[in-house]
Amino acid sequence: MEFLLNTGTPVEKFIVMGIAILLFVAVMAIVLFLTDRPRMPQWITVLAFLGPAAVLVVFGLVYPAIRTIINSFRSDNGQEWVALANYGDVFGNSALRLVLLNTVLWVVLVPLVSTAVGLVYAVLVDRTRFEKLAKTLVFLPMAISMVGASIIWKFVYDFKPTERPQTGLANQLLVWLGFDSQQFLLTWPWNTFFLIAVMVWIQSGFAMTILSASIKAIPDDIIEAAKLDGVTNWQMFRSVTVPSIRPAVVVVITTIAMATLKVFDIVFTMTGGNFDTSIVANEFYTRSFVRGEGGIGATLAVLLFVMVIPIVVYNVRQMKLAEEQR
Amino acid sequence: MSQATTVPDVPGPAPTKSTGPRKLTKAEQRAVDAKTRLSSPWASVIAIVIAILWSVPTLGLFVTSFRPEIDIRTSGWWTFFGDPAVTWANYDAVLYGGSTNFIDVFVNTIVITLPAVIIPITLALLAAYAFAWLDFPGRNMLFVAVFALQIVPIQITMIPLLTQYNNWGIVGSFWPIWLSHTIFALPLAIFLLHNFMMDIPRSLIEAARVDGAGHVKIFFQVLLPLLVPAIAAFGIFQFLWVWNDLLVGLVFGSAQEVAPLTVRLADLTGTRGTAWHLLSAGAFVAMVVPVTVFLLLQRYFVRGLLAGGVKG
Amino acid sequence: MATSLGLAGVTLAACGSGGGSGGGEDVDEALSSVDVACEPYEEYGDLEGTSVSVYTSIVSPEDQAHIDAFIPFEDCTGVTVEYEGSRQFETQLPVRLESGNAPDMAYVPQPGLVERLVTDFPDSVFPVGEQAEANVDEYYNKSWKGYGTVDGTYYAAPLGANAKSFVWYSPGAFEENGYEVPETWDDLMALSEQIASDHPDAKPWCAGIESGNATGWPATDWLEDMMLRTAGPDVYDQWVEHEIPFNDPQVAEALDMAGQVLKDENMVNGGLGGVESIATTPFGEAGLPILDGSCFLHRQASFYQANWPEGTNVAEDGDVFAFYLPGNDTESQPLLGGGEFTLMFADRPEVQALQAYLASPEWSNAKAKVSPPGWVSANSGLDPANLKSPIDQLAYELLTDEATTFRFDGSDLMPAAVGTGSFWTGMTNWITGEDTQSVLDSIENSWD
Repeated sequence: MEFLLNTGTPVEKFIVMGIAILLFVAVMAIVLFLTDRPRMPQWITVLAFLGPAAVLVVFGLVYPAIRTIINSFRSDNGQEWVALANYGDVFGNSALRLVLLNTVLWVVLVPLVSTAVGLVYAVLVDRTRFEKLAKTLVFLPMAISMVGASIIWKFVYDFKPTERPQTGLANQLLVWLGFDSQQFLLTWPWNTFFLIAVMVWIQSGFAMTILSASIKAIPDDIIEAAKLDGVTNWQMFRSVTVPSIRPAVVVVITTIAMATLKVFDIVFTMTGGNFDTSIVANEFYTRSFVRGEGGIGATLAVLLFVMVIPIVVYNVRQMKLAEEQR
Repeated sequence: MSQATTVPDVPGPAPTKSTGPRKLTKAEQRAVDAKTRLSSPWASVIAIVIAILWSVPTLGLFVTSFRPEIDIRTSGWWTFFGDPAVTWANYDAVLYGGSTNFIDVFVNTIVITLPAVIIPITLALLAAYAFAWLDFPGRNMLFVAVFALQIVPIQITMIPLLTQYNNWGIVGSFWPIWLSHTIFALPLAIFLLHNFMMDIPRSLIEAARVDGAGHVKIFFQVLLPLLVPAIAAFGIFQFLWVWNDLLVGLVFGSAQEVAPLTVRLADLTGTRGTAWHLLSAGAFVAMVVPVTVFLLLQRYFVRGLLAGGVKG
Repeated sequence: MATSLGLAGVTLAACGSGGGSGGGEDVDEALSSVDVACEPYEEYGDLEGTSVSVYTSIVSPEDQAHIDAFIPFEDCTGVTVEYEGSRQFETQLPVRLESGNAPDMAYVPQPGLVERLVTDFPDSVFPVGEQAEANVDEYYNKSWKGYGTVDGTYYAAPLGANAKSFVWYSPGAFEENGYEVPETWDDLMALSEQIASDHPDAKPWCAGIESGNATGWPATDWLEDMMLRTAGPDVYDQWVEHEIPFNDPQVAEALDMAGQVLKDENMVNGGLGGVESIATTPFGEAGLPILDGSCFLHRQASFYQANWPEGTNVAEDGDVFAFYLPGNDTESQPLLGGGEFTLMFADRPEVQALQAYLASPEWSNAKAKVSPPGWVSANSGLDPANLKSPIDQLAYELLTDEATTFRFDGSDLMPAAVGTGSFWTGMTNWITGEDTQSVLDSIENSWD
């Protein structure tokens, strides 16, 4: 077993990797082989298919989540039971209330703007000569890590006094247009909007790709019928395109909203949560691991769970609808 | 937190593509061409503005990564085109500047990424099959729970997981990283692949059942071939997420022998948070592989999304 | 997370030039003149074949000198030291301790963190061993022992040190304009006024406090330096211990004194913008306008020398140098500083031996020889001739001078929620426009 844990040379590492994959495949094969008999009770089959994933998820996600919920009722070092004191602290602190407000701004604006940009762009470049290139340009930010994207944009927003040579593109544009250079990341709420722009920049490509795929799937006969009715392009967009792709829009908004609630790299990298830009995911990290305020941190994590409830409820309803149609 | 959390599920509309390919007349072709385009000069302007906004920032950083440190600090990257001064020094510093061998961390990242893509997809496929085609009590509740688990932040799992890994004596090897990536990928992977599976016509499954096929046979012979594009699409996303991940690598793989590229770059470029010459070069080194993979596999990616969107 | 900076990351990682000294021959050569002889190591006993893991916040390239400085110890005792540095040290160390995955030893950059670790993980930490304590008693000022003591038990032995009460300037620019290095605070203010009137295009001072999620720490140093000058060391101690409230009028007075520079548009922010630009200027770049003459003075610690661009001559007759941030008069010499400490999470003989070695003059001298400029310790057995740069020697001189009233960086001593939290954010808000009293009030409210 020792060699599976201690790897020195690249070759050893690749061998261990191969063994890991083979081991995994072998275990799964045995489980499936053993359970795939005729007349096997249904629950055993369910267990075989669902069991491995369920065990991992319970161990790695459910248990830590429950632990966190319990910790949110305990003091910062986890020793004493403080009931709702942490929640009182969070809602009673104006800085933390602002963190909650910022998070709401993020979770509302990012999905809506990303989807809007993605949709408009998908429609505009659809079936043009440069479609492929145009789509790649917008999708590329998805392949860049959040940290990488944050570095790129921090550089765009870089500030130098008006009279000096600019190094940030945004300020250079302002100076060329005859304005003074600005501290983009300093003043609330503008700094939050400029950070949100980064997330929109990352997510729009995702929205664009999916919506573009759905647009292409709109049946031709619907389009043709509308054409015969003599609708304008705008009417076509509003009353044919958008309704046809509504389910895809819902999914795009949902997934982007989930990602936005969890994102912390952007704020962490670009402002460190300073200048009133912090959001729950970032504040949770700072409180728990930098300031040693575990109780407040856990409370913020629980609030994150709570914020996702509306999204889950909405999707459950959508799933039910889809189920009925099946 | 990651791109992985935004993997699509595309229950698009269900168009009837029953006519099959036939040659369109010129008039029809034109009608189809213009079917959704808002063709006006404004439309072109908007499209071009978006395209520029989405590519110029990256271009700026790319140009910056080749400029000498002193130039970066004193003038904008756009001045480069008037007075090009190219240096490899930044890349040199990033690749060879530290005490760790760059080849090693590159190997580590590959060794981490492959199992961290294969294992969760396999497990998620099986689980998604159970949710989609097996009947058992509490199925919908369980599925909603899995969906909701997407929101659990990785940070809260650090201490409980590390405690267990430590008890098992596997800290410092690749196993905790693989396991953790698998766990974090599962909710989204199950959710996504489940939606793809739901789009496969029930009649196909029923027909196989009538022929006496067991679940394993149905899974491998009927479903898997149909799911290949979806698997490829999710595989690309999971690959991007694992490759770009910093947090998991940092917490579970900080030991020198297993640390991935991102951890090493974070340490290197972070020593001075504003060393743009190192940050820009470092960001591009980290970006090369995922962007290349994405560009090469883009086709499959889009096809996978379409497979989810277009039933049967 | 790439740019997250714990204070530790900043202070420690910044100690050293970007060059990094490669291992190998140079190191052997540098060390051979100190101790080829293994006599000082014999007291550690037979440790052949054992190993010690050390976890720190010091990463490449600054880590190389630390690794190299283990060599004499490893060669003579046979112990292998496994060094691991991470920029996320401060967040990861508690995680590792809680999950039972502790390293044998950690370099802890703040006494406040030592206290927190001792309180939160009483079963994981071990007091300083006998040999190490003997070294500390012999070679360190006794105040250093106090910083490593929690509730009467001695837990953490000193490692490196730094001096923060420095003002960087350009000797050339001073000579050209006929400016003298000031010797009292009033002289310094007079000089600032003088510069402001002589150079309408420039500003006397430049400053920057941006440092990722540690933004604000350079401004806390300002306030602490001012406290030592306006209120004196005794009140400073009471303030740090929270025996007087954080919003005491004496603190407000000190902060207003810092405001005479930091919040006056005539004084700042040379080459970087207005007062607000201090908040967004990265601390590492804040002194650079001195090089092009758009700023004349920059208050920052001795380790700032690592931030000058390659090729800058740091010397009394070079491109840049630093003078001691003067006291109220020439008699008093308060010095603000910081340092790292070693804390053990295992008490095996080899771990104790390593801690003793790190507190010994042998280590300080070996480390000085293999370090690039920008490193000092407060060990009285350190031979200043081994230090690489004049500013290090000046820092060492001040650190060990009898006339110096040394005080440890207060934010490093306060509880984490204040010292690495509300104090940082409070000072940031102060720069961006909040008034002195309400900033101090809100920090006081966060201290419970």
